[in-house]
Amino acid sequence: MTTIATETPQTRQRKRAKAWQAFFQALPLVLPFTLVYVLFLIYPSLRAVQLSLTNSDLGGIGKYIGLENYRKLFADPLFGTSLVNTLYFILLTVVPNTLLAFAFALMVNRLKRAKKFVLAAFFLPYVLPVSVVTNLWIWLLDQSFGLINIVTGLSISWFQDPTYSMPAVAFVTIWWTVGFNILLFLAALQSIPREYFEAAALDGANDLQVFRFITWPSMWSTTSLVLLLQLIAQFKIFDQVYLLTGGGPYDKTLVTLLYLYRKGFQEQQGGYASAIGILLLIIIFAASLLQERFLGRGRSE
Amino acid sequence: MNTMRRKPLATMLAWSGTLLSLVFAVLWVFPLYWMVSTSLKAEIDTTTVPPPLIPQPFDLTAYTYILQNSPILRWYANSLITALIITFLLLFLSLLVAFALSQIDFPGKKWLFWIILAGFMIPFQTSLIPLFILVSKMGLTNQYAGIILPQLAAPLIVVIYKQFFDQVPRDLGDAARIDGASEFQVLIKVYLPLNWAITWALAIVSFIGAWDNFLWPFIVTNATSMLTIPVGITQTQSTYGIAYARTMASAVLAAIPTVIAFIFFQRRVTEGIMATSGIK
Repeated sequence: MTTIATETPQTRQRKRAKAWQAFFQALPLVLPFTLVYVLFLIYPSLRAVQLSLTNSDLGGIGKYIGLENYRKLFADPLFGTSLVNTLYFILLTVVPNTLLAFAFALMVNRLKRAKKFVLAAFFLPYVLPVSVVTNLWIWLLDQSFGLINIVTGLSISWFQDPTYSMPAVAFVTIWWTVGFNILLFLAALQSIPREYFEAAALDGANDLQVFRFITWPSMWSTTSLVLLLQLIAQFKIFDQVYLLTGGGPYDKTLVTLLYLYRKGFQEQQGGYASAIGILLLIIIFAASLLQERFLGRGRSE
Repeated sequence: MNTMRRKPLATMLAWSGTLLSLVFAVLWVFPLYWMVSTSLKAEIDTTTVPPPLIPQPFDLTAYTYILQNSPILRWYANSLITALIITFLLLFLSLLVAFALSQIDFPGKKWLFWIILAGFMIPFQTSLIPLFILVSKMGLTNQYAGIILPQLAAPLIVVIYKQFFDQVPRDLGDAARIDGASEFQVLIKVYLPLNWAITWALAIVSFIGAWDNFLWPFIVTNATSMLTIPVGITQTQSTYGIAYARTMASAVLAAIPTVIAFIFFQRRVTEGIMATSGIK
């Protein structure tokens, strides 16, 4: 209030000159990234909203049809199937992956000399391109000559079987990505202050009590972060499913993004596919908020 | 007294814990061993039951076959070129904008930062269709630029760099400014050298990410000569049919750069993963 009242035209002018100077200093630094960012991320997302209100083809040409695409989507049984399949995939991956990563991290954390090797073994699959992972598992799970069937004596055609295809895709995903989660858990384990354990030892706590009252509570914020990151990632599942099953058999593994791909790129329905994208975005957003609400309490503290 | 008696049991438990870890670790990498082992077998030996654990004799025909009969070297070059350019530009552009956001009080700064944060909430997959339409209209399908540009529109590295720059003491930059250095020189001569460690970590993680990227190159290329290697090897799989030695040989070749990057820079990769996942 007082500063504004006593501000003379000169100081105001000087301030404005300084702001302009800062602006021109920042401009060359800010401009390249901002151009790319707005053109290839912000603009396409806004355009997706607009496209979803049209009956456009894959060239982006079409008429406004209002909310017709959304109305059709809610009545589209295959879209429902794709959502159910995505949720099934999430159920099969998110919690099992987190539990496994947690257990492996506890295991790795107590190692001494072998630690680096064991951690590398779990993490190595994570750096592979998805198609290397899928080609490898198509081979390992081959019905006649795959190692898994030979060792177990089974004769299952894993990726073509309506019952086993989704669990098989989920299994491959866990093998591929568990190392990432182990890394996050290990970091959390190592950041627990040593004094806590020393104090517990002085109090005569046993291993189970140490885990229950020190390790577990300190890990909660990381656990909820791991769950959230995976939830968001698995809603967007596409690559492995496309490469392992192509959505089959009988659409049993048709996940939402695969349905978007099918509608948009194979059936050339750009508008309808964009509506699927927007709905998926809203679902991911809502699911993240819900999960934050119920599980994210520990993190902000 | 009590602890004395517990000791043998405790050591035994510790030993079995270590043993269990090793067993799981071996199980986890065994598929990778199997990939290499299969690639070194003659095609005929891949279908013997039970399969030999070690290729006998070592046979390189799968490799010579794919090198001669598929454009795998071309795909390698495509992947190498695009991944290196993406890594360099992503870091460079992010560095510039993060420095401005951290060090210069320019009008519109708050807006820009909000827009960048908003990008975190938009998965690029959901706007795949408009992105493809845009890139086609620009005439960039089956072009390096078409593969590269959309992968540069990522907010993560900007935010990480900004956090690191915020922690650099102001005096260091101001000393250089008094000596007449421009903002760009302050960034290159003062702020970047102080953040080499995180820069290397981000560079390696970005390179691995760009090399591994499947969905976007898959969407934006369809000419055989323009495929990147993760997309390319899915094509050979269908043309070879059941020829697992060849399929595994191309998988091994596709995996080599990222595996080497990980093995040589394990600590940097770990740091990069921590930084990019939100845990520092």
